[in-house]
Amino acid sequence: MGRRMDRRSFIKVTGAGAAAASTGLAGILESGRAPAYAQGTKLHIVRWVDFVPASDEVLKTKLIPDAQKALGAEITLETINANDIQPRATAAISSRSGPDIFNMLHNWVQLYAESVVDVSDLFESIGKAQGGFYDAVNRQTAGPGGKRLAIPHAIVGAMIAYRKSLFEEVGAKEFPKTWQQYREVGKKLKAKGYPIGQTLGHTFGDAPTFSYTYLWSWGGKEVQQDGKTVAINSKETIESVKFMVGFWKDAFDEGGLAWDDSNNNRAFLSGTICATLNGASIYIESLRNREKYKTEKGALMHTDIRHAPNPAGPAGAYLNHTTFHHAIMNYSKNQKLAKDFLRWLHAKENYEHWFLSQKGFSVGPTTDWEKHKMWEQDPVMLPYRTGARAFRLFGWEGPPSRNATEAQTKYIITDMYAKAVQGMAPEDAVKWAEGQLREIYGKA
Amino acid sequence: MTARLATLPGTAPRTGAVSRLLEDERVLGAVLLVPTIILLTLFIAYPFVTGVWLSLTSATVGNPAVFVGLKNFAKLWNDSIFQQATYNTFVYTGLATVGKLVLGMWLALLLNRHFRGKRLVRASMLLPFIIPTVLSTFAWKWMFDPTFSVLNWTLYHLGLIQTRIGWLTDPTLALGSVIIVNVWRGMPFYAITLLAGLQTVNPELHEAAAIDGANAWQRFWRITWPLLLPVTMVVTLFSVIQTFADFQLVYVLTGGGPANATHLFATYAYQIGIGTGLLGEGAAASLAMFPMLFIIVVIQLWYIRRVEGA
Repeated sequence: MGRRMDRRSFIKVTGAGAAAASTGLAGILESGRAPAYAQGTKLHIVRWVDFVPASDEVLKTKLIPDAQKALGAEITLETINANDIQPRATAAISSRSGPDIFNMLHNWVQLYAESVVDVSDLFESIGKAQGGFYDAVNRQTAGPGGKRLAIPHAIVGAMIAYRKSLFEEVGAKEFPKTWQQYREVGKKLKAKGYPIGQTLGHTFGDAPTFSYTYLWSWGGKEVQQDGKTVAINSKETIESVKFMVGFWKDAFDEGGLAWDDSNNNRAFLSGTICATLNGASIYIESLRNREKYKTEKGALMHTDIRHAPNPAGPAGAYLNHTTFHHAIMNYSKNQKLAKDFLRWLHAKENYEHWFLSQKGFSVGPTTDWEKHKMWEQDPVMLPYRTGARAFRLFGWEGPPSRNATEAQTKYIITDMYAKAVQGMAPEDAVKWAEGQLREIYGKA
Repeated sequence: MTARLATLPGTAPRTGAVSRLLEDERVLGAVLLVPTIILLTLFIAYPFVTGVWLSLTSATVGNPAVFVGLKNFAKLWNDSIFQQATYNTFVYTGLATVGKLVLGMWLALLLNRHFRGKRLVRASMLLPFIIPTVLSTFAWKWMFDPTFSVLNWTLYHLGLIQTRIGWLTDPTLALGSVIIVNVWRGMPFYAITLLAGLQTVNPELHEAAAIDGANAWQRFWRITWPLLLPVTMVVTLFSVIQTFADFQLVYVLTGGGPANATHLFATYAYQIGIGTGLLGEGAAASLAMFPMLFIIVVIQLWYIRRVEGA
């Protein structure tokens, strides 16, 4: 047993403690700075593994070390597969511990609206200084009650990368303007061993980016403007599915049903497909390793790559770009530091390093970055420059809500086309999607 | 023992109330069980009860749980993806278990013979089992790659196929492919356990049967199989449970696609609960496995008891 403490020794010990504490407090007040631990000096950020490796390098070797010096903090950057971010965020929120900042794609942050910090002030100040955020990312990060759920970081433009020489060989001097023309050209190219490559698998980027925009171009939509009334089972949707069944067989690489976001990059660069809807990562990789990627005739692959927007359907032509945001988690003990870091990261002189490393793979989240002189360097990248000005979001014609995000993460629209391509009657595939969407939107 | 200790210098006999209490075997037994009970409570009972509670709520990630009764289960009952996942899980478990049992038994019988390099073969047989599943599944993913499959390349150059086989693109083949990988990974577990069982079979029984004119099949069916049955049942029991709740293989190979053709209970529960953040619905999908597994376990345990009692 320890010694018993009498009243005299108790006063001695507590008095000494109080004296020490008061001296410490005086010291802190005198210095005019909060003690390091009070601010939080450690920051943990989870981002996707960028399809432009040079950008992750810039973050790891330049921006993070610079931010550490500027903010006096220890910053850990962790990069993981984009398909694994949502599970990681769910686990972190449920256990109320984990990374301070999460990279959120698309509308994902709507699912976590109650678990992220309001960053309205930061959003306002960055937007004001840089020409304003694009409308799409503005809507994606707007939460309930005026809460700003995340700071948009980048928009990866989706365009069709195609092989100019192959298209010319079958008589297409310019990229097809309609799905019908694209199908005819694709059929010829598939017969020559160069199908169009597109995924209809369960993967975060290319699958929904393709299937939703294709649906919209036929006039189909998952839900009405009210965000509640499911509208997928329409004549337009059924027509789009019917066309897709033949289109897939005639012109696509049928292995695309099991592709993830990287398969089409590999297939294109190895010369097995003629075109694919994708970010500019294929072209950028072909520039990075010029000698590695060549055409069948021995020319450098990058000289044969061009970019074009989606062809039009009966209701027009649409694109959807993959957006990336940073959300600060509300369980974080370092919320102020996290905000300071994002403020620092978006300062023009810092963001520019990262922006340049992307070489146009992503455009900035604010309109000022359209004016950057980087865009004058390579005409092949020009179609991406203004791509972020207007694009539809998952859930259209409704808002990019939690329900829209649920439908997207369950791949309902993508699977509707995949089921039809696999042999299900188009009407049944649409009915199946309608049933699933009713379950989701019925909760609203 | 107590008397001996009492005679040692400096060792006083324990006569305290605690010591007397612990001399009671029932009390001592209960005390010794405490660590196990704590571990079971923390790591099995608590997660299980939490899972049951979550499945009865509308919990979503970051939002409090509100009791909704059996609503999540009712929703799942009408969910076509869940129905498909149920069908897939039964097909996957059934075919993979039969495949592992047949091939595992065959391998065990081969390895029970004497041949040169037997030890090396036995050790290498365990490779699929000891390589981390995610790693080996990635290797299979490359082998099944829709564009660059080494299997297709080999079959094509051998003149056996003219067009690519869609290992992971055709819905039926995709389920077949994940079953193949499961059999490849699980077979060594069967083989090594059955081999251990085989070595306990007295060779004299086989010799006697051979002298009486029994052929190889008759010796297997009349001697080996009945003697191995209890071991086989235990191995199968473990394997069925593991296969029924399998996750990693499908997650890495197909993510449940194409168009949900390979979703199992576990992968679908993960997609709903962890991917989409619908914790209540995800817990319900996960718990849907429980009654089925419970029935399987009860039947098999009953059968094992009957065999042992016979």
